[in-house]
Amino acid sequence: MAKTLDQHFDELRGTRVWRSIFRSGTGSSTLKRALAIQQNVFLHLFSTKVRTRMLSFSATWYLGTLTLGTFLILVATGIPLMLYYHPSAPQAYSDTKDLQFVISSGMFLRNLHRWSAHAMVFLVFAHMFKVFYRGAYRTPREFNWVIGVLLLLITLLLSYTGYLLPWDQLAYWAITVGSNIASAVPVMGNKIHFLLLGGNAVNANALLRFYVLHCMILPLTAMFFVAIHFWRIRKDGGLYSHASEPATVRANSSTIVVTAKEGQ
Amino acid sequence: MAESKDFVAGVDSNAKKSPRRIVFITRRTSAQVKVESENLVQTFPEGLFRSAVAIQLLAIALVWIALIFNAPLEGVADPSHTPNPAKAPWYFLGLQEMLHYFPPMVAGVLVPGLVVMALIVIPYFRVNIEADGLFLKDRQRRQRIFYVVAIALSLFLLFFKVYAALVPTLIMAGVMLLAAQSSPQSPSAFRRYLAAKPLSYWVMTWFLFELVVLTAIGTFFRGPGWSWVWPWQGS
Repeated sequence: MAKTLDQHFDELRGTRVWRSIFRSGTGSSTLKRALAIQQNVFLHLFSTKVRTRMLSFSATWYLGTLTLGTFLILVATGIPLMLYYHPSAPQAYSDTKDLQFVISSGMFLRNLHRWSAHAMVFLVFAHMFKVFYRGAYRTPREFNWVIGVLLLLITLLLSYTGYLLPWDQLAYWAITVGSNIASAVPVMGNKIHFLLLGGNAVNANALLRFYVLHCMILPLTAMFFVAIHFWRIRKDGGLYSHASEPATVRANSSTIVVTAKEGQ
Repeated sequence: MAESKDFVAGVDSNAKKSPRRIVFITRRTSAQVKVESENLVQTFPEGLFRSAVAIQLLAIALVWIALIFNAPLEGVADPSHTPNPAKAPWYFLGLQEMLHYFPPMVAGVLVPGLVVMALIVIPYFRVNIEADGLFLKDRQRRQRIFYVVAIALSLFLLFFKVYAALVPTLIMAGVMLLAAQSSPQSPSAFRRYLAAKPLSYWVMTWFLFELVVLTAIGTFFRGPGWSWVWPWQGS
């Protein structure tokens, strides 16, 4: 009798090579499924079990998951884009033109990167408001909310630094408008502006700085905080679900307290 | 025989007087511990599978968009030629709209700084933890405070001619006024909903409303010299 696909897969998972790579063994028992999460360096950020109710679409709208999805798409499209791009003016502009008209699928790659970036900014905002309206920032999740706000700022900076890279009029003047705001900071304003741009106006130095921020510093920072963000979900008791939380602590004047007697 | 209990029960909320608490039972809740044993499923495969499907649907949608719509690309950057209007990316256009009314120090530094600070401290303030309707307790006093704040804010925006922010503020104030007149026993589901909303909900919703309106105005309704244009008027 011919084997089914599942059986082939089980056989593969039982081979010595597979077992040497993945620490969890074969089988679909609850234990093995828990191990598949717990014994994996990436997946162990998540808890092995999740509340059934939290998997329904209405609970989270999957906004956090989708934000991760856009981030993955941005990494996957961003790396090939780097292969065709020189962060120097005005070479950057002709590279972008080449992406549009010369390189196979270059146009598609750039389109996907840009629209995914817009989608990510939108989804991060949506995720934040959804979490707020569900009250999922409450104890013990305070700090994960703070990390979320940091990730919002990192996302905005990622998108903003990427905005300059095509080196066209749109990019140049958007960054000029935005970076001029930094000059308004009291006392330090002009210094911050100079540090950000590597000059007094948007120029080739600014392009290089934004490129390094966009391709190295900010993505690594984002990954660092995303890892903590996911791990804290598990540590703080899984995806938030209102019914399983302790009753909201209200500022009540009279609270019945059961106190241990001295010496017990 | 009755063994002596190793605890005493009392009514007290002073942590200094009775620091060794075993359990709190807030008023109007039963002492019985009700931990609902929720249904759980394995993250692998249930959770991961659903997440993978969600991400794939998103990827399909984005690929379609990328195939149909091309990313904008204008002429090469030219410092000697300023386009009019020069616009920031869309998510900063709310800020740019604010810059139209206030000096950069206020609209570009103070306001965003305060917004970020406010967002960070949300979980650490009791006002955001309380889940009681804003006007349910102490209605008279809270209504007075609401009137003062709403009128002061509206006059401030009116004084600086920030109509773009004034209109959403007035609409929100109207809805809150309705909430103040609503009770949890109201026959209308909408008014029961309004009556149950705490202060944090109103502040955040006002912020979201302003954010959406200002960003939309900056994106679609601003033309040369940051003058008001209609989206169908072509630039």
